[in-house]
Parts: sequence; structure tokens; C-alpha cells
Amino acid sequence: MSLALDLLTIVAVSLGAVFFLAGTLGLLRFPDTLTRLHALTKADNLGLGLVVLGLLPQVDWPLGALKLSAVWLLALLAGATVGQLLGAAVRPPPPVARVAGVAEESHP
Amino acid sequence: MSLALVGDLSLALLILGLAVWTIGARGAYGAVVGFVAYGLLVALVWVRLAAVDVALTEAALGSGLMGLLLLRAAARLPHDPAPPAAGRAGRLALRVLVGLACAALAAGLAAVVLLLPEPAPSLAAAAGAALPATGLGNPVAGVLLAYRAIDTLLEAVVLVLALIGLWSLAADDAWGGRPGALRIGQPGPALVLLAQLLPPLGILVGIHLAWTGANHPGGAFQGAAVLAAMWAIVMVAGLSPPPRVDRRAVRLVLVVGAALFFAIGIGGVWWADAFLAYPADWAKPLILAIEAALTLSLAAALGLLLAGPPAVDPDPVAAGRAGVRS
Repeated sequence: MSLALDLLTIVAVSLGAVFFLAGTLGLLRFPDTLTRLHALTKADNLGLGLVVLGLLPQVDWPLGALKLSAVWLLALLAGATVGQLLGAAVRPPPPVARVAGVAEESHP
Repeated sequence: MSLALVGDLSLALLILGLAVWTIGARGAYGAVVGFVAYGLLVALVWVRLAAVDVALTEAALGSGLMGLLLLRAAARLPHDPAPPAAGRAGRLALRVLVGLACAALAAGLAAVVLLLPEPAPSLAAAAGAALPATGLGNPVAGVLLAYRAIDTLLEAVVLVLALIGLWSLAADDAWGGRPGALRIGQPGPALVLLAQLLPPLGILVGIHLAWTGANHPGGAFQGAAVLAAMWAIVMVAGLSPPPRVDRRAVRLVLVVGAALFFAIGIGGVWWADAFLAYPADWAKPLILAIEAALTLSLAAALGLLLAGPPAVDPDPVAAGRAGVRS
């Protein structure tokens, strides 16, 4: 049982590292901000998720596991928010949205 | 070479590289981003040195809140200041001079560290031995709130003074109004959602950090930084505007920490035998009361420092918007 859990750890953490590597490559090589953002959040979401999943069998139950999961969920929340903010910042709002008051320049 | 050493070496090289990149960065904005990343990596170094208290402070204050303040400052600077043709030689000389001064400082620090006698002089054993008298479990908290309480008291006062300095930058017609630096035109729905989801958890973490500081790494400053960050998110998202700076309640909250600390310190002249000494049986509860009041005051002071000087109410300040958008 312990061997199986250790194997799960090794496989999941390695897979997570692969996602981080791929995300970093994408961040460096992709042509524009939106695609780079895609690469970055992929590394955060899946890479960190797999690393956390792999580490779960190695920490105390349930507090350590809860803390690790909280780290992942917070990173998800931060990544999603930053993705939205950066995406909105680099992409001009469509004309309809401008009327609806989403545009940056509209009066508060 | 052990695996840990490889990790530490790469961390050190990464920090040095990032430091060089930050200094060489062309724009102020890029330099600030480099500085924030640098601070987070330095926090990792403190963790590796088993100084988790310092790591938390570096991450929360040195990197996080300082980063936000610097971002705001960078946003207020003109974007591409045309370099004056004249004085080029003078500016180069200034840079060389600054570089030399920094190198000399670094060399001096390196010499001090490398020339330490073996074993290095340390008060750690004495600090640990006297710890039971304070009722605390974390020697760092013992140093901050008992042995060197005067430093912590003065730090709390300095923050209030810094805030007074910041507020004094307000224009005459804006005085007494709401701070305006964190206002942005229209916060997007994602930011508003974050400002609704994160603070309940962040406030819990901040209070936990302040509370657990008595026995584990953490403390009033770290907890207050997290609380201030949560407040800043709420203010940026426009969910709750910063308070008017002439409100009496705001000012009371700002000074209650330092005032209670000072009052208990003066009480020590009678109840114990010195200023800032605690009576033997009451050390732990008094320290906890000081920590709680300090956390509240520090969080308010840090949050208001982030919020900037009072500004005229209706117009959105361009600085805050540029800080988020650029």
C-alpha cells in the first residue's frame, strides 16, 4: 500500500513538473499575451494540481492535506483572476460592451 | 554534492541573476515586477535558513506591500522621460558612483559575515533560556515583545508617523477626504469576485498568523500585512471605499496598538521594575493584549498607506488605474 502511494507521488509530481516545464516553454515561446497567459495558467492549474495530488499521501491527514488543497485552490483563484485582468487589459473591449459600461473609460 | 546544496546553489544564482536583471530593467514597471519576484525568492532563502518569521515578513511586507507601493509610485512617474542630452556624463558618473557604493556595502557585509569567529557570537541560548518567563513559545516573539519591546513599540509608532507623512501630501481641498490611490475606473467582474471570495479566508489567515506568533512563526506584523492586503483588495474592487481620514474612529484604531503598548510599558515601571517590563504572572496575557491591539493598528496603518493620501472624491485618480492596468 505504501509502495503504491509512493509510486502515485512520484508519477503525479513528475507529471506536474512536466506541465510546469511545458508552461514555462509556452510562456517563453508563444507569440502574444493571451496565448502566453494560457500557458502560464495551465502550469498553475494542472501542474500545481498534480504536484499537490502527488504530495497528498505524504502529509498528515487531514490537516496537512487540507492545507495543501487550500494552496491549490487559492492558486486556482489567483490564476483565474489574474488571467481575466490581464486578458481584459490587453484586449480592447468590443463596442457593445463599451455601451454597457464595461469599458474602462466610461464614467463611474 | 547533495541534492539540497544543488537546490540552494540554483536558488542563490537565480536571486543574483534576478537582482542584476532588476537593476538593468529599462522601465520602472519591469524593475518593480523584478523586485517583487526577488523578494519572494529571498523569502525562500529565509525558509532554507530556518528563519520562517523573517521569511513571512519578507514575503508579506518586503515583497507584497512594498511591491504594491512601488507599483503605485512607478505608475505616477512619467512613462518615457526623454533623457536630456546634456548631463549624460553626469548621470553615468552618478550610476558608477551608486554602483561602487553598493558594491562596497556588499563587500563590507560579506566581510563581516565571513570573518565571524567560529562559533559565531550568539545570544540565542540566553534568549531561549529566559523564554519560559514570558510564557511565549516562539523565541522571535520573545525578542520582539519582551527583550527588545522598545524596538517593536517604536516600529509601531514609525508606521503612524509614515502615514502622517503620506497624508500630508494631500492637496488642500482634498484634506480630510477619502484616500484615492486605489480607485480604478471600473473594476471588472473577476476582480469583484476575488474581492468577495478571498477576504473571508484571508482575514482568517491574518488573525491566525497574529495569534500563532506567540508560539510559532508569525506575529502581529505578518498578520497585519495579510489583513491590510485583504482590505486593499476590497478597496481596489470598489466594494467598500477607504474611510475618510478625518474620522475619529479611524485615528483611534491607528493609535490604539502603540498607545496600549506604551501604557502597559509605563505600567511596568510600577508593577514590574522597569519601563516595558511585564509583571511575572501577567506576561503572557499582557503580551497577547498588546499583540491583538498592535495587529489591528498595524493592519489599519498598512492598509491606509496602500490607499494613499486623501484625494478629491469624484474624479478617479489616474495613478491607481495605471498601476493596475499597465
